[in-house]
Amino acid sequence: MSAQLPGPVMVASGCGGTGRELEAFAGAAGIAGLHLVTRSITLDARPGGAAPRVAEVPGGLVNAVGLPNPGLEHFLATELPWLVRAGVQVTVSIAGATLGEYADLARRLSRAPGVVGLEVNVGAPDDAGTGLFEVREPYHSASVVAAVRREFPSDRPLLAKLRPDVSRIVEGARACHEAGASAVVIGNSVPAAFPDGRAGGLSGPAIAPIALRCVAAVRAALPDVPTVGSGGVRDLASARAYLDAGALAVQVGTALLHDPTTVARLRADLAEETP
Amino acid sequence: MPEAAVGGAVHGSGHPVHVDGEVVATKRIGGYQHLTLTAPGVPEGFRAGNFVAVSVAGHVARRALWIHRVRASSAFGPTLDVVVERRGDGSGWLAAQPVGTRIAITGPLGRPFALPKEAVSCLLVGEGYAAAPLFPLAERLRERGCAVSLVVSAPDESRLLSALEARRSARSVTVLTADGSVGLRGRVGDHVGDLLARSEADVVYAAGPHEVLRAAASAAERVGAWSQVAVETWTPCGTGLCHGCPLPVVGEDGVARVVRACTEGPVVRGDRVRWDDL
Repeated sequence: MSAQLPGPVMVASGCGGTGRELEAFAGAAGIAGLHLVTRSITLDARPGGAAPRVAEVPGGLVNAVGLPNPGLEHFLATELPWLVRAGVQVTVSIAGATLGEYADLARRLSRAPGVVGLEVNVGAPDDAGTGLFEVREPYHSASVVAAVRREFPSDRPLLAKLRPDVSRIVEGARACHEAGASAVVIGNSVPAAFPDGRAGGLSGPAIAPIALRCVAAVRAALPDVPTVGSGGVRDLASARAYLDAGALAVQVGTALLHDPTTVARLRADLAEETP
Repeated sequence: MPEAAVGGAVHGSGHPVHVDGEVVATKRIGGYQHLTLTAPGVPEGFRAGNFVAVSVAGHVARRALWIHRVRASSAFGPTLDVVVERRGDGSGWLAAQPVGTRIAITGPLGRPFALPKEAVSCLLVGEGYAAAPLFPLAERLRERGCAVSLVVSAPDESRLLSALEARRSARSVTVLTADGSVGLRGRVGDHVGDLLARSEADVVYAAGPHEVLRAAASAAERVGAWSQVAVETWTPCGTGLCHGCPLPVVGEDGVARVVRACTEGPVVRGDRVRWDDL
């Protein structure tokens, strides 16, 4: 793939608010140049799930937020222009109930000024519960990626985000890559449950070793597939672990909820490390 | 009159900062622990109704705390006070920290109370530790020439927040306890209608548990007064990043929405909250 990947540090989808909230915490460098993956945008507005959407557990958070977002029209009219004016490098995460919806989203976003790339979350831990196109098998992931790629120019990055299941990650990454993904994002969250048994996803420091194992597995089996590490990235050492394993970039998610300056610090630390 | 406080701009309070703060005083008063913290930049940007998100050792999620008071200068420089009720691991840890503990603090966060443009009469209704933001609000209102009537409620006397010092900024202070250990016996819902009639307030401000907010907002609506309520919810990050603190409201266009309590709130107009969905 010829697409230039964003990075080396991105804000993970769903952990950057609308993007604008990060401006106050962007440090001396400012928000310009920040690589943001938006929360997932759907064609129609979604209110998201009921409270509690997040529960704290040792080493991380269990979440089932339910993709609250204002819908594509509103996003294009209000949120995207602000981000583009501020110089944010915007990758839009998209979610659909059908392949047709994915294609629609991709086509319209391909024409929106300032969109750097797209991300499809084909490893959501509770996609059945959120009314999204259900991804159980690698060919489901591949069909989402292919539907989006057909509508989105091949010289622009399309990221496929997979959950870190080491028994399935290599075939999932291969299928997405063959279907046209520029890179696979490995980490997301691990299927888990709230204390009351509701389905959710576990994220945070607890899943870093799990996601790292999956990155290593994909790098070993599919050295030509660009990978992005995501899961428990909170400082230089945890980012380094993914980069040393062969990931081209990392995404920071849960750590931003604990310290909203995490991405600004990590960008600065990485820049200092590689003069 | 206060402006509608639902939707619109991102942060009502200028520019929040994320800083390394320090506990400079800690004091048990009744059932609560009062902490005085330094947090460079936070007291300076504060408006009544703002909160801070603090980090607790060993925990990923933040703890949101109402700012109870700020001092522009002290031996430690500008400081802020928060009130902690021990309820779980996080609040227990915070309440136990000695002077000198460093704590990561983010703030000031959230939309503050909107202030009336004119010197109107105001009824402030608060219960428990969550009444904290009403005390700096009372001071601001008094500076603007508003007549302030304050109602401080609690389950019992030990959880009655700062009622004595409130007499400095309020024209009248009414104390309610559910067990009748001090002041009037009963809950806010039992008395707020009468208290509102007696105060002839044009604006009602409320802070406390949801049923207190609802009772105050309903009483205001019945007499055609404006109300603003400080809604406390579990806010995993406090900064608007996670969308984990849904607050069901009706927008100014009449359309039902779910907003983030930490960012589009925590202070919203009482008549815009969909209480049954909260």
